[in-house]
Amino acid sequence: MNKFNWFKYASPQTFFPLAGKLIPWFSAVAVIFCIVGLYIGFFVAPTDRQQGDAYRIIFLHVPAAWMSMFIYVVMAFWAGIGLAFNTRMSSMMASALAPTGAMFTFLALWTGALWGKPTWGAWWVWDARLTSELILLFLYVGFMALQASIDEPRRADKAGAVLALVGVVNVPVIYFSVKWWNTLHQGSSINLRSAPTMAMTMLLGMLIMALAFWAYTIAVSLVRVRCILLERERHTDWVKQYMEGNK
Amino acid sequence: MIWESWSDFFAMGGYALYVWGSLVVVFSLMLCEVFVLTLRGKSSRKELARASDAAFTGGRT
Repeated sequence: MNKFNWFKYASPQTFFPLAGKLIPWFSAVAVIFCIVGLYIGFFVAPTDRQQGDAYRIIFLHVPAAWMSMFIYVVMAFWAGIGLAFNTRMSSMMASALAPTGAMFTFLALWTGALWGKPTWGAWWVWDARLTSELILLFLYVGFMALQASIDEPRRADKAGAVLALVGVVNVPVIYFSVKWWNTLHQGSSINLRSAPTMAMTMLLGMLIMALAFWAYTIAVSLVRVRCILLERERHTDWVKQYMEGNK
Repeated sequence: MIWESWSDFFAMGGYALYVWGSLVVVFSLMLCEVFVLTLRGKSSRKELARASDAAFTGGRT
């Protein structure tokens, strides 16, 4: 009876081909779900009675915002695993996730501003949710800048991990901000306990776009981590063999 | 179909700037990210190939 090896994919050599196999699948899911989600959002979901067609930004804004928070938690998780178990593969995954997370945070803020102007009359307000999401962007950029500033890769991994872990406290702040404070940003429309208050087609479009962005994130992060692996592990035999086989 | 015509669709009830401004930026950035990553992958591999060639020929290419 073999014991399950928890660290099997902690080996860069083992993870590299697995990532390569997964990328096409997640890319296909991302493209298909984007097409379906946008079709529902722009051709099926009805016009909103209060906001008119401006509300359609929801199909981009909410998925981007969800991804910005989710990616940060996943990034912090892998950074923490790398710190605790000294596994460099985990740290590389955290580094691979950061740029995509930062992009979605920026997109959440951008689409939010474009939604706020016609509906609230303001591109920006310093309310709790918007401010904490902006802080999330600073944390992502800080993480990437900190790692880029340290030459020795393992030290960079560890320093970034500490920043990522300390910053993870911001994620529940963003999530609960609309409940804890009096915010201009609307409260949560989707709860685990009660039925959704929005039309089914709107909810469906939003969920499909969220899944599309999630599949996109996985595909892009796996591509990026493979680049990181080739760069950081270039002195190993397996990379040399891989390059021989792929000339 | 919820739109009377294509021009209605592009007008987005008067909110065209905001809705299309969001869509264009979102997909441009995502496509840029994919493009930049493809470039990175190609340049990493080229760099590695060049380094291994140099090693093979004893540093003289």
